[in-house]
Amino acid sequence: MKLHRRSLLALALATGLTAPSLALAQDDTIKIGLLATFEGPFTVLGEDGERGAMTAVEELGGTAGGKKIEIVKGSSDASPDSAVRAARKLVEQDGVKVLVGPLSGDEGIAVKDYAKTQPGVTFLNGASAAQDTTFRDPAENFFRFGTDGAQWMAGLGTYAFNDKGYKTVAVVAEDYSFPYTQVFGFMAEFCKAGGKVPSKSWVPIGNKDYSSVIAALPDDVDAIYVALGGADAVNFLTQYQQSGGSAPLVGGSITVDQTVLTSQGKTREVLIGTPAAGPTADTNDAPAWLAFTEAYKKQPNAFPSPSLFAHAYYINMKAAILGLNEVNGDVSDGGAKLREALAKLSFDTPTGKVSLDKNRNAIADIYLTEVVEGPDGNLLNKLIKVVPQVNQTLGIEEAEFKALGAVSRDNPSCE
Amino acid sequence: MSLFEQPRTSVEGGGITRRQAWGFFWLIVAAVVAWMIFAVWPAWLNAVLISKKAFVSAVLNGLTLAGLYFLVASGFTLVFGLMRNVNLAHGSLYLLGAYIGYEVGARTGYWLLGVAAGFLVLAAVGVVMQVLVFRRLEGDDLRQTLVTIGISIVAADLMLAVWGGQTYQLATPAWLDGAVTMPVITAVRSNGASVFLTYPFYRIVVLVAAVVIGVGLWLMLNRTRVGMMIRAGVDDRAMLSASGVNVHAVFAIVFAVGAGLAGFAGVVGGSALSVAPGEDVRYLLASLVVVIVGGMGSITGAAIGALLIGLAEQIGLVYFPTYGVVLTFIIMVVTLAIRPQGIMGKAR
Repeated sequence: MKLHRRSLLALALATGLTAPSLALAQDDTIKIGLLATFEGPFTVLGEDGERGAMTAVEELGGTAGGKKIEIVKGSSDASPDSAVRAARKLVEQDGVKVLVGPLSGDEGIAVKDYAKTQPGVTFLNGASAAQDTTFRDPAENFFRFGTDGAQWMAGLGTYAFNDKGYKTVAVVAEDYSFPYTQVFGFMAEFCKAGGKVPSKSWVPIGNKDYSSVIAALPDDVDAIYVALGGADAVNFLTQYQQSGGSAPLVGGSITVDQTVLTSQGKTREVLIGTPAAGPTADTNDAPAWLAFTEAYKKQPNAFPSPSLFAHAYYINMKAAILGLNEVNGDVSDGGAKLREALAKLSFDTPTGKVSLDKNRNAIADIYLTEVVEGPDGNLLNKLIKVVPQVNQTLGIEEAEFKALGAVSRDNPSCE
Repeated sequence: MSLFEQPRTSVEGGGITRRQAWGFFWLIVAAVVAWMIFAVWPAWLNAVLISKKAFVSAVLNGLTLAGLYFLVASGFTLVFGLMRNVNLAHGSLYLLGAYIGYEVGARTGYWLLGVAAGFLVLAAVGVVMQVLVFRRLEGDDLRQTLVTIGISIVAADLMLAVWGGQTYQLATPAWLDGAVTMPVITAVRSNGASVFLTYPFYRIVVLVAAVVIGVGLWLMLNRTRVGMMIRAGVDDRAMLSASGVNVHAVFAIVFAVGAGLAGFAGVVGGSALSVAPGEDVRYLLASLVVVIVGGMGSITGAAIGALLIGLAEQIGLVYFPTYGVVLTFIIMVVTLAIRPQGIMGKAR
């Protein structure tokens, strides 16, 4: 019995050791890692990211550089350590040479740091949009073909001040790098236009009960800028409505995204008319966007319109495949040729042209939107204006932009 | 909180007994609290505590959250007290109750039916768990605990498969909607008109429900025959069994009540906040902290622990959001350092 058990164990060990090399031996497939939040507060967002990535895979025929694409999924829960754990599993156990992900801001910074320890693997961002994933201390092998959270805000601060007439705005946002970046992008314009932000509430991610936060908001502001995502946004909006909140809202990019607009409950009344900005607009009538929406809707359980997570994963997955096509799927040199091709890659997306800057961060069009009720009763982001080709420094000289300091709870400030 | 402070007046010489000193102390605390809630605040106090509206709302929210925590933790503490079994699947019972309440409420259109279903279905699940799992592993604490962790992981994935990752909001009936004006003046306008505090009616209902259930549990434990058996079981299970009581039936009742309360709290809490995957772990952690602070196996302890944790969470969220989470654990650490058995717990 003892011998039998031991030999079984040896057999199992041997299988475990040879399995990765067996997988590598198959030369006609190429593994691409897909890392997204399939658990935790951003589950819905991660699921839509996957739909976007699969839309790209299917659009390009499921092959990259003549090889069949095999998608290996990794799941995180929006915390940086879970993202690194999932990335390690994909790289070190599954042996992927190209990885698309992660989804959330802090995750992106953590995976970027991990990328530095794996120079032979090429990382493409998912939807994570913190500024410092690419701006300060970037990794040579981390590419972001989607824009960052500050870029997403282009045009919103000016619009809120000039067209909506909001002079003072209170901020409610989650307490991590992505909302810092969003608030930075919004305030950069809003404060420049002459607006004031007297109070900022930073709330822990995954908070459920916002009523105390709502009660502590100042009564004398013209509007409230909300940068919360997923379940957090739904909770805040419902409780804001329940508590009889009357100040109009200004939305962060993921606060008025399809992942929130489609939720069950009483968020409609407070959301209609909310201006926001981001990398997509639901009522965009450009043929490329309409074609993308049609392709996206073939995915299981798709939203009426792709969320910005589907969009970001689509663009980065497409960039990965286009890059692999250019090098004929050859990553045997540790991906050096692939990264060279990616750095030069520029292509037309459903939302206009995308190219990279020297930090491998995207320059792309940004959409100013407002929430309206669609023809069949669902809520949509109506396109107000396109801000063309926004770069990471928001059009400011790089040295001057760097001098503004890293985004944080207190930077910027204009009380 | 002031629970650990010693009264300043000394027993010697003054003619005041220790008991009177404590009474005097609590009277002052009550007076200060009453003044903070009902008086119009001077400007300096508003400056320190943001605004009266923010403070009083945080306290009220802390109380309602404490109500929810109490509902979940009371079942947890009952089961532990009687069976020495740390049921780490208790959070899953909360989440399952919420989903069942949502389904029943959405299909029948009656929210109250959803609440009833949440309680009854989970009570049944509790009995099944007791009969199929815990009875087989009786006396083996470690294995029971490990099995409950396993159940909670499997249950979380099954619920994710059935209900998906999205956030559900349970629709409360119209008569529970809206806000009520509280007899608390938060500010006085320049024209002399008073601004009264408004508070969501539903949350007051949650608080009242928790208090009623708490009193009901206390009465059941202290005034009924079943309660007597449960208390006897907590003290000495073998002796209770030897005196002819069917201990397994008592266990099943306790498990049913505990699981049912978790399910009930799931529906009620899911209507106040929202339901999403991950809630199970959140409420398990909350009830663990509540029970550790309040004392394992004590209903009164669960109430005190829930009050402390609920208030700490909400006040922390308003006044120092970044480090608010730490406050909860500071309370736990201090309790463990000063009174390891918990505030109302008995040293064993």
